[in-house]
Amino acid sequence: MFKKAKVDSEPVIEVRNLVKNFGGRRVLNGVNLKIYKGEVMVIMGGSGCGKSTLLRHIIGILKPDSGQVLIEGKDINSLKARELDKIRLKIGMLFQSGGLLDYMTIKENIALPLTEHTNLDKNVIDIIVNLKLSMVNMRGMGHLLPSEISGGMKKRAGLARAIAHDPSYVFYDEPTAGLDPVVAGVIDKMILDFSKKLSVTSVVVTHEMQSVFRIASRIAMLHMGEIVEVGTPRQIKASKSKLVQQFITGSPDGPISFSQLGDDYLTELTKK
Amino acid sequence: MKDLNSMSKNPINAAGRAANNFSFFIWDIVSLFFQVLHWLFIGPFKGKAAKRDGIFEQMVFVGVRSIIIVSFISLFIGIVLAMQSAYQLEQMGAVIFVTGLVAVSVTRELGPVMTALVVAGRVGAAITAQLGSMKVTEQIESLETMALNPVRFLVVPRFLALLIMLPALTVIADLSGIFGGFIIGTLNLNIDPHLYLDLTKEFLEWKDIYTGLLKSAVFGVIICIIGCYNGLNTKGGAEGVGKATTESVVTSFVLIILADAILTAIFYFAKV
Repeated sequence: MFKKAKVDSEPVIEVRNLVKNFGGRRVLNGVNLKIYKGEVMVIMGGSGCGKSTLLRHIIGILKPDSGQVLIEGKDINSLKARELDKIRLKIGMLFQSGGLLDYMTIKENIALPLTEHTNLDKNVIDIIVNLKLSMVNMRGMGHLLPSEISGGMKKRAGLARAIAHDPSYVFYDEPTAGLDPVVAGVIDKMILDFSKKLSVTSVVVTHEMQSVFRIASRIAMLHMGEIVEVGTPRQIKASKSKLVQQFITGSPDGPISFSQLGDDYLTELTKK
Repeated sequence: MKDLNSMSKNPINAAGRAANNFSFFIWDIVSLFFQVLHWLFIGPFKGKAAKRDGIFEQMVFVGVRSIIIVSFISLFIGIVLAMQSAYQLEQMGAVIFVTGLVAVSVTRELGPVMTALVVAGRVGAAITAQLGSMKVTEQIESLETMALNPVRFLVVPRFLALLIMLPALTVIADLSGIFGGFIIGTLNLNIDPHLYLDLTKEFLEWKDIYTGLLKSAVFGVIICIIGCYNGLNTKGGAEGVGKATTESVVTSFVLIILADAILTAIFYFAKV
């Protein structure tokens, strides 16, 4: 059911030594990552490890303190606004909460990239929107507002919008978080469908282990702002890294620690 | 940022930090204003005009829906002003001057300022709340990834709506303020209705009206830029939206009064 996508040999997205600080706290600490054409790259890691931040750097919403993000060989942070827009037209992004504009209906939301960036006839746009709606199993719901549908539907509608303009790259920020297992499975299948049928390159940020192994062509494990391991699902499963193994099994004991060192704890408790 | 925070106990450093933040704030406000001007005057020639369909909706929201409250408040301002000035003028037997006093103070000062304050509370707060909740639910970011500039898409329609509708509302406020004075003048002070209107026309000059309208256009710009700035820079969920909204109203109020003082001084010394 979950047949994996084929991988090409040239890297289309490359992250080089990416560093980002937020208010004195280092969130990304020299991230390096290559993403190849046609693959589904899954970036996994614990909450707050910087994976959503990394994704936002790749699409150019956040600017790094140092380091580069290259898409098709172009450093997106040194591009002019107009050139960056050109690259963004090749990008679709599914946000954690869908990111649908709340004053527009689902249909208007999905049509937005097309009405703004193409000269297509209104009827043609209507057909495309209906097509995308049926791809995400939401036929006949286009007239509803985002506030009138459930969280799972918002994600599916967001997915339809992300692929409305037939992008070459689709980014997913926690596409299955907070959904029931069946809907999560449906969304995973859609992600795989898109990469096979529309031959898009996908980058998925998630910490749902079931999803990770279902969809990934390659997996990157992010921990404390650094990539600790990259590999195919089989390589990752067989990884000798205790960190990776702990994350896969979800064990509370291991190198990913939630308790503090004794000295730190003492100073914090006695701090006035 | 971190080192600045740790120095905040020193009052001189704290003052320096406040001044630093303030100059950043001014810089951001001015640059937002210039971005709006860019999309208004340069954007259309590059084939990227502002969203026209959004402007009408915003004009209805800003203007038409504010008519009742603005005329209600101005009516009572006119009534109060007439009574207060009659109380003073009666002692000199110069009650007849109530006509000119009400007309000139309403058109030059109270009409524009009261309207701006009401609209800042009603519309400015709403703008910040709308944009702020869009910001915290990833809608602004989703616009950016679709290569749609949030300033062109969200700020420019509101800017135009306020720039057009605030002076329009001020005209209504002027009329109902003068009508408030007329009620007291004719019913209580026993001035003949025809005489009241004739005297109003005699005392009132065109420059009284257009300086008032010029003021209100400036106030419109302030309400829009401050409202949008606070909305687009909202941080931290629902609480952040509330905070940004409060800040937006307070800042608008202060800047409106400040701008009023400056403009009045200019008109006064230039003998306009």
